[in-house]
Amino acid sequence: MSEPLLELRGLSTHYESARGTRVTRAVDDVSLTVERGTTLGIVGESGSGKSTLALSIMRLLPPAARIVGGQIRFEGEDLLRKSPAEMRAIRGKRIAMILQDPMASLNPLFTIGDQISESLRVHEGASRKSAWTRARRLLEAVRISAPAARMTEFPHQMSGGMRQRIVGAIAVACEPRLLIADEPTTSLDLTIQAQYLSLLRDLQREHHLAMIFITHNLGIVARMCDAVAVMYAGRVVEAGPIREIFNEPAHPYTRALLESVPRLTDDSHARLPAIDGQPPDPSAPPPGCAFHPRCPQRRPRCEAEAPPVTRVGAGHTARCWLHAP
Amino acid sequence: MNASTAAVLVETPRRAARRLSSYPVVPLAIIVLMLLVAIGADVVAPHDPEIGSLGLRFKPPAWQAGGSADHLLGTDHLGRDVLSRLLFGARVSLVVGFTAVIVAGLLGVAFGIAAGYLGGWVDEVIMRLTDTWLALPALTFAIFLAAVLGPSELNIVIVLAAVYWTRYARVIRGEVLSLKEREFVRLAIIAGCSRLTIMRRHILPNVLNSAIVLATLMLGVVVVTEAALSFLGVGVPPPKPAWGLMLADGKRGLMAGYWWLTVLPGLCIMLLVLAANLLGDWLRVKLDPQLRQL
Repeated sequence: MSEPLLELRGLSTHYESARGTRVTRAVDDVSLTVERGTTLGIVGESGSGKSTLALSIMRLLPPAARIVGGQIRFEGEDLLRKSPAEMRAIRGKRIAMILQDPMASLNPLFTIGDQISESLRVHEGASRKSAWTRARRLLEAVRISAPAARMTEFPHQMSGGMRQRIVGAIAVACEPRLLIADEPTTSLDLTIQAQYLSLLRDLQREHHLAMIFITHNLGIVARMCDAVAVMYAGRVVEAGPIREIFNEPAHPYTRALLESVPRLTDDSHARLPAIDGQPPDPSAPPPGCAFHPRCPQRRPRCEAEAPPVTRVGAGHTARCWLHAP
Repeated sequence: MNASTAAVLVETPRRAARRLSSYPVVPLAIIVLMLLVAIGADVVAPHDPEIGSLGLRFKPPAWQAGGSADHLLGTDHLGRDVLSRLLFGARVSLVVGFTAVIVAGLLGVAFGIAAGYLGGWVDEVIMRLTDTWLALPALTFAIFLAAVLGPSELNIVIVLAAVYWTRYARVIRGEVLSLKEREFVRLAIIAGCSRLTIMRRHILPNVLNSAIVLATLMLGVVVVTEAALSFLGVGVPPPKPAWGLMLADGKRGLMAGYWWLTVLPGLCIMLLVLAANLLGDWLRVKLDPQLRQL
């Protein structure tokens, strides 16, 4: 098998307080791979380290955060060894990202055409005219009606769904190999969400894009992703192909997440199962397995030692003592 | 149908009048008039502003006893025509005022954006510098600088820009601090723009509104300071006609009843400053969506 597009090996990103007294392990020893043209979903509760993971890959962490270990291999190169200028050339060109809030993602003072052309001109040195033509074709590709007229309009003249599609057009403008989408649909309403997701799928097929899809919505994961990684307190507790995870979840946390999804086919009026307790304080996670205080199947060993990564199926791994040899 | 389309459909004369009155007609008229006069001073002025005739000293304005239609606003202690001097003085005040405001604005906006966007030691250095600047009384500082540089119109501009750029830098830095956390700036970073590109393309256009409002309000301050420096003899060198200089020359005659030598240039300064401030206030409301009533 050829080399994966993106491979994280033991990546750890920590936040340190000003005097270095408190260390928050936002991302802790994460290893993941993304194959070309496929979608990896990353799910987890708020604060589980999903966004920090995405920002680590882009090397756009806030000043307090530091990548303390591991490797990020992208198309065979280690991104952690790139200079800031080299990273700038990669961002937007080879790795693109879509942010959460479409309302605020566009500069209010420039026309749509200018903003889509911008990255074409920055990264490919395209002339104003050719960038403009390509931008118009991109608008067509993201299914905006009357693209020629929309090119000269300003963001405030568009609806939220349109703006999010424009952000999508900007993201794929330079034909990136990898697209990171950080909860791109949370601020859209449901019908627009569905349209946007199918648009992303189409773009992915057309451009042979790989995607990392960050969300806490398991329904979206089921629809969009080929593989999924479940994060809890900065660690990937389970990862594998989508079918395996949904049909045979190995980790109790994954199982609990899946059980807490409401089902239309369920006629019983029983209460929806919820996970007891609170997610741990990331700066002071419990010893051993971070999930043990909330785990229905905990054993004495879970409180003392962190479980190792264990292979439970083809491409399917879990960090849980239930499956450790 | 919403309120604004309804308003368009029934535009009564009363409404049209109100719309006109929402423009600052008077301040705009004053400034435009002064600009025209400053540009066309050579044509409009009846006499040479720097050459007088000693035989015609202290002539009162035309409407007072002893005045003549030849010198509408009278003459000064050297027999120079006051009207001509006022007209040419508008040129000095406006040229110095506008250039100083623009130069200070360019400096202040550049430093403000650099401080706000780059942060770290750049921010630290620029902000401590502006703190120091603001701790010094502006006029005293200006007098000191002017005394060092010597009197000339170019030096006045340098002095005024050097004294007032910090006013812009502070305001602009504050704006940039909030702008740089906005999503579209983050998106630009993600798209691989360099810091320079982001400051130029995404930050600068978004702070221009504030800079323009500030510049208009600063025009008044700068004009008064220029007049004060000229009055104190460290500004525009005589015999050039500057309003501040005319005030200084006229003050000795005030007690002797030669009121026109001080009142008239004073009035000109006051009108210009008032017009600039009114225009600035109006612009601020107009350009600030929060204050603008739609």
